[in-house]
Amino acid sequence: MTPRFLFLATILVVSTSFAVAADKLPPPADRKIDFAKDVRPLLEKHCWGCHGAKKQESGLRLDSRDALLRGGDIGQVIAAGDSERSRLIVLVSGTDSQTVMPPDGPQLKPHEVGILRAWVDQGCVWPADESPKTDAKNTHWSYQPIRRVAVPNVKKSDWLRNSIDPFVLAELEKRGIAPSPEADRFTLIRRLNLDLLGLAPTLEEVDAFVKDSRPNAYEELVDRLLKSPHFGERWGRHWLDMARYADSDGYEKDNPRPDAYRWRDWVIEAINSDLPFDQFTIEQIAGDLLPNATAMQKLATAFHRQTLTNTEGGTDKEQWRVEACFDRTETTGAVWLGLTVGCARCHTHKYDAISQREYYQLFAAYNNGDEETAVVPKSPEEVAAYTTAKQKFDAEVADVTAKLRAEQAKLGEAFAAWETKAQTALAESAAQPLKLHALDDLKVESDGNVTFVAQKDGSFLASGANPNSVTYTITGKTKVTGVTALRLDVLPDNSLPAKGPGRVAHGNFVLSEMTVEVSPNADFANARKLEFAGAKADFEQADKPWRAADVIDGNEGTGWAIAPQFGKEHWAIFGLKDPLAIEGHVFVRAQLRQLYGQQHSIGRFKLSLQTGIEPSITLPENVQKLLAVKPEQRSAEQSQQLLDYYSSLDAATKTFVQQLDELKKKEPAKPELTVRVVLQRAKDPRKTFVFRRGEFLEPLTEQEVVPAGFSTLPPMRPRDEKAVMSDRLDLARWLVSANNPLTPRVTVNHIWRQLFGRGIVASVNDFGVRGEKPSHPELLDWLAASFRDGNKSSQPWSRKALIKLIVTSATYRQVSRHRDELLEVDPQNVLLGRQNRLRVEAEIVRDLSLDVAGLLSKKIGGPSVFPALPPGITDLSYAGNFKWTNSTGEDRNRRGMYTFFKRTAPHPNLTTFDCPDANLTCVERRASNTPLQALITLNNETFLEASQAFAKRLLSHSSKDDAARLTHAFRLCVARVPSDRELHQLTGLLTANRDFYRAHQDDSKKLAGAIEVSGASPDETAAWIATARIVLNLDEFITRE
Amino acid sequence: MTPYLNHIERTRRDFLTSSACGLGGAALSQMLSNDGVLAADSAANPLAIKSPAFAPKAKNCIFLFQAAAPSHLDLYDPKPKLNELDGKPLPASTLEKVRFAFIKKEAAVLMGSPRKWTKHGECGTEFSEFVPNIATCADDILMIRSMFSEQFNHHPGQLLLSCGRATFGLPSIGSWLTYGLGSESQNLPGYVVLTSGRGSSGGASLWNNGFLPSHYAGVLFRNQGEAVLNLSNPSGLPAELQRRGLDTLKALNENRLSEIHDPEIASRIASYELAFRMQSAAPELIDLNSESKTTLDAYGIDRAQHPQATGRGNVLDAHLTFPRNCLLARRLVERGVRFVNIIYEAWDQHSNLEGDLKYNSWVVDQPIAALIKDLKQRGLFDSTLIVWGAEFGRTPLGENRTPGTPPSGRDHHPFSFTLWMAGGGIKGGQVYGESDEIGWGVAKDPVHVNDFHATLLHLFGLDHLKLTARHQGRDFRLTDVGGKVINRWLA
Repeated sequence: MTPRFLFLATILVVSTSFAVAADKLPPPADRKIDFAKDVRPLLEKHCWGCHGAKKQESGLRLDSRDALLRGGDIGQVIAAGDSERSRLIVLVSGTDSQTVMPPDGPQLKPHEVGILRAWVDQGCVWPADESPKTDAKNTHWSYQPIRRVAVPNVKKSDWLRNSIDPFVLAELEKRGIAPSPEADRFTLIRRLNLDLLGLAPTLEEVDAFVKDSRPNAYEELVDRLLKSPHFGERWGRHWLDMARYADSDGYEKDNPRPDAYRWRDWVIEAINSDLPFDQFTIEQIAGDLLPNATAMQKLATAFHRQTLTNTEGGTDKEQWRVEACFDRTETTGAVWLGLTVGCARCHTHKYDAISQREYYQLFAAYNNGDEETAVVPKSPEEVAAYTTAKQKFDAEVADVTAKLRAEQAKLGEAFAAWETKAQTALAESAAQPLKLHALDDLKVESDGNVTFVAQKDGSFLASGANPNSVTYTITGKTKVTGVTALRLDVLPDNSLPAKGPGRVAHGNFVLSEMTVEVSPNADFANARKLEFAGAKADFEQADKPWRAADVIDGNEGTGWAIAPQFGKEHWAIFGLKDPLAIEGHVFVRAQLRQLYGQQHSIGRFKLSLQTGIEPSITLPENVQKLLAVKPEQRSAEQSQQLLDYYSSLDAATKTFVQQLDELKKKEPAKPELTVRVVLQRAKDPRKTFVFRRGEFLEPLTEQEVVPAGFSTLPPMRPRDEKAVMSDRLDLARWLVSANNPLTPRVTVNHIWRQLFGRGIVASVNDFGVRGEKPSHPELLDWLAASFRDGNKSSQPWSRKALIKLIVTSATYRQVSRHRDELLEVDPQNVLLGRQNRLRVEAEIVRDLSLDVAGLLSKKIGGPSVFPALPPGITDLSYAGNFKWTNSTGEDRNRRGMYTFFKRTAPHPNLTTFDCPDANLTCVERRASNTPLQALITLNNETFLEASQAFAKRLLSHSSKDDAARLTHAFRLCVARVPSDRELHQLTGLLTANRDFYRAHQDDSKKLAGAIEVSGASPDETAAWIATARIVLNLDEFITRE
Repeated sequence: MTPYLNHIERTRRDFLTSSACGLGGAALSQMLSNDGVLAADSAANPLAIKSPAFAPKAKNCIFLFQAAAPSHLDLYDPKPKLNELDGKPLPASTLEKVRFAFIKKEAAVLMGSPRKWTKHGECGTEFSEFVPNIATCADDILMIRSMFSEQFNHHPGQLLLSCGRATFGLPSIGSWLTYGLGSESQNLPGYVVLTSGRGSSGGASLWNNGFLPSHYAGVLFRNQGEAVLNLSNPSGLPAELQRRGLDTLKALNENRLSEIHDPEIASRIASYELAFRMQSAAPELIDLNSESKTTLDAYGIDRAQHPQATGRGNVLDAHLTFPRNCLLARRLVERGVRFVNIIYEAWDQHSNLEGDLKYNSWVVDQPIAALIKDLKQRGLFDSTLIVWGAEFGRTPLGENRTPGTPPSGRDHHPFSFTLWMAGGGIKGGQVYGESDEIGWGVAKDPVHVNDFHATLLHLFGLDHLKLTARHQGRDFRLTDVGGKVINRWLA
């Protein structure tokens, strides 16, 4: 059996208990135990190797009394004073069939177990000086406080541009390496544009910068780019990777999340406004818990609503709720702390100092965050548009209302007359109110062996035989006089098909005809047939139609039915021509004839007699209520309401009321959106326990876990001293507290990684002991401190200030050319003796092509879009529950980051270029080179359109000269001027293409597609498309040099 | 131990940097413009062939993924006792301990199988009447009747079977194999995915490269239009012009390489060359004109639809795409493709088991048997591992979603199910393991999905404990924290 099978068997059979019959344990020693002499040697010999200072298997330490009593991953192991109930005693005694401690090496002898038992029974006395001398502090570098470091001295000081450079130069000089020269201006402006905006500079911008000889030209360029609204898109997209942002639920059903984009807009806006990173953190982790949280702060918590949702049939909701909390816990560890906390979900981390219990301390902070929704404004633009429209609307309403009021002032007499009439009618019906009466001695029979069972509410339920057509006969007697109508209720019932009220499979019925007779005699001698005056019902089937009035029309081919409102109760009332006046009592016989066939009969019904009269004029309920108030007691508002009602009837005012009604239908809708957020659970807070091996069905309920941090980091405390425990907001504040060394280091490293292609800590996702050591530890700390604390010229936690600092350094501005002489010394460029070349990300690959072609929409924010996708892709998602309808117009060519991201069938143009799949947090994208990528940029529809539009742009260029046009094409793509050799190669290609298309006019037309350029023949257009296509495939084009 | 991944990255970089920069400009351009391209290509190519740790039995794998889980109790695991107990409830003690996806526990009763079972081959393994053709291969088949997992729902179960653990972000079997061994195909991807019918619950996450580089992702071949997305040149741009354009592109990129010396440029040049070769290799692959009529008929390439076509397996012409995909799998293996995954998502018979299972079995039975025989005839069987399996099996209970109606389907069942293998190093003609007498749990020789993966890698000459890749500080493997090689499966 594999261990896993054992585990499964355990769940399936009985959860094994460690309780062992006391008589199996060796007896406790019958004497006073001395810790130093009796116990310590046993612990030292058998336990501390795995449960001491160096290793804490299963999260358990046995080298101090506190640790011993605290227990490990699976809970407490000692009940001081009760050795029989102490798990540790059972495990070392060898009486548990599954686990014996120690697992290797000699077992404890029975008398030794007896000593431990006696020691536990006597209360685990442990003198203070008897714990081993250990340095309890974890010495791993990343947990240590951020040092205030001095900038090192270097020789080549004329190279330095800011404080980053001495740190880098010092390391290079140690090895005798000179830094690389500064890149040329073409490279610099393209590099900055791609890094900060993800867009290439225009040629005008390139040329202006190249010519700008002012000393601060570079800095001004940086400032301009940092202010661009595209900055938030570029750096927001990095953040979306970490947030595992997607537009669908994930898992099998993978339903769309049409509101997801709203949080993406929030991120873009927050980054553009340089929301300080501490606040950025707090709002996303716990914005809902901030005092008087705004809608936008609640929206921010959607960071943790990017978790997947499993709505597959047959899932256990609690399992997937817990799964989402696991993800939140682990994503928090990865994004802010740079730690792989996920390992500790099932067991204490093998390498890093994270116990399983600590994992659940973090988990506990998320355990009471529920998946809820909040209403937020759609966007500032839409709110502004709404405000304008609403003002216009209000003015129009005021205008018409004023006209109405003027007319109403003249209505005095007419209004009074109407009120008198209305009051009279109401008084009449009040004097003879509607009332229902059941028949006495009620009996129901049918002509087809249908069984009727009387129900408590006076109705009858049909069962037994179910003939195609049937007549129910209801007899009874009554003493009630003045009956004005008969009422038939048809009722749903669980025993009926589709819950009825009919007996046919779909629940309908047809009542064809009803006849009612009265007679003074029980045998219905001298019976008289009652005549009806009219009928109405709460609902009538529309198709034929099947109306209540058809029940009393003497025609068997018509009747009353109720499709499609099955499974609900309905009624019909049949008014008598004359009220039924009686003396004493009278016998009544009603026949319900149901002749449609195919079992369209009534399943459950009730027949009642109705007395009283309905009001002669119909008045809405609120008007009746207003009329019931005496005129002198009515408030001004009530009087106005009544007058307004009358005004809708009076010819003089009617049109204004109608105008107002029409107008109000056009009231602009508030631009609001319901979004998924995390909100703190209002009641029944959940308790958190460690889950044995991460299995949600196995909470270790002996010990509750409350939110707390890691022992290696400063403690997490409740912000409110009186609070019983910390919560999610405390967790957020802890992450960005001044003495947490990880968050600033990790965040600075993320940003550095984006700008150099490699982090100062190369393992950006792992700051634990298995991760890489920082290449420039002092630089990392210096950057982390200045990011966290700010300085004279920048706010604390400013992302923009940090980025500006980095990109203005001489280190960043170096050329990226590989240096042969450094191949041996520094093949990975860890020392940064040059910049790195980076292939741009999936979204940007497409953006660049569309932009050069003049097709790219630079609209920012809003709902996700559906750029061209070949048919058949979304079939691959389960059950084909999703249709991808290609967007048209501007939305076809929006920036790649707005592409609708369907988790189980993401757009292949994205994933092929290494876009993460959004199932888990991604703090670092890889960049691969694969043939499928080449096929996309060569042949994909979007890229073909770009080639076509690019060619058109080139052909429309002022110069007719091939060399000038090709130079222009080359420069639009890579900014620099092509070499003679490059130009020659391109000219050769253009010539070859031209020769081909001149000889193949049909192919010319096919390739040119819908592209027409005035003055250019189809073959010339095609030759340029084929050439432009190759320029768009240059390695340099999709590389940030 | 040096994790593979770093090793590959370094070898690749070393080769490129030393050759690209160490040879000097003239030699460099010489190298790249002639045969050197191929040399650079293979070194730049993370799919270059790597030697396994020990002598492999299998070189290629065809994985017949029967997604959504067929009822093994009606196909491969006869249970006479279950038939005896038809209509009886499960013992209460068992019911209390288990969770169901759809069954209403209180009304659950056992449901026998009306299938006829016959012994086949010299080995005498029993097969149901629904798979008469596969049954003729009995002596080649290793029938494992004691699989188990802990995943109850489709998507997590499919992730477990594909990636060794029910979590996202992990590489799938084909990714691990191509990562460990590379691909022998120069012109086609090393890992190909073919689908029949509807999309699977797991979608693309089942052929993911996870945290491995995207070279190791499965490449989806399509059932409509071009074989691979974006394979065809734009209309009006013939292959000769494509070549002319790519020559210029290569020259321009080489200029840059000689200027900048970044080996990634050589890697990109190589990727364009492979793309170009794939443009002719993939259409050639899917063009079945060179196959004889006998072969086409054996697979049922143009067969008529079943008279009682029904259920979730009968969509998007699955009865035609499945045989075609089986034949394509053979052609892919012939061309050196390492791992072919054929996914047929069709088997979620919570109701109408009788009709739907009959139809789906008809869809797969003939083509699978034809595939086995075809591989044998061409001498490919011994080096090609064939796996038939699903994320779990189905329960011996009848499913009663609508109270008051007789059960007509079976719910998910991970506690015991059947998977079979044949070819590449497998000792066929045997049954391994047993489920208990009603098919509820495993009675003998339990096999966790991790054990199956460990043995699969072993067949390819890979030690599942040593084929690792470091990610987030941990050395991950296909078998997660479990897995043991099952020697009795090996030929």
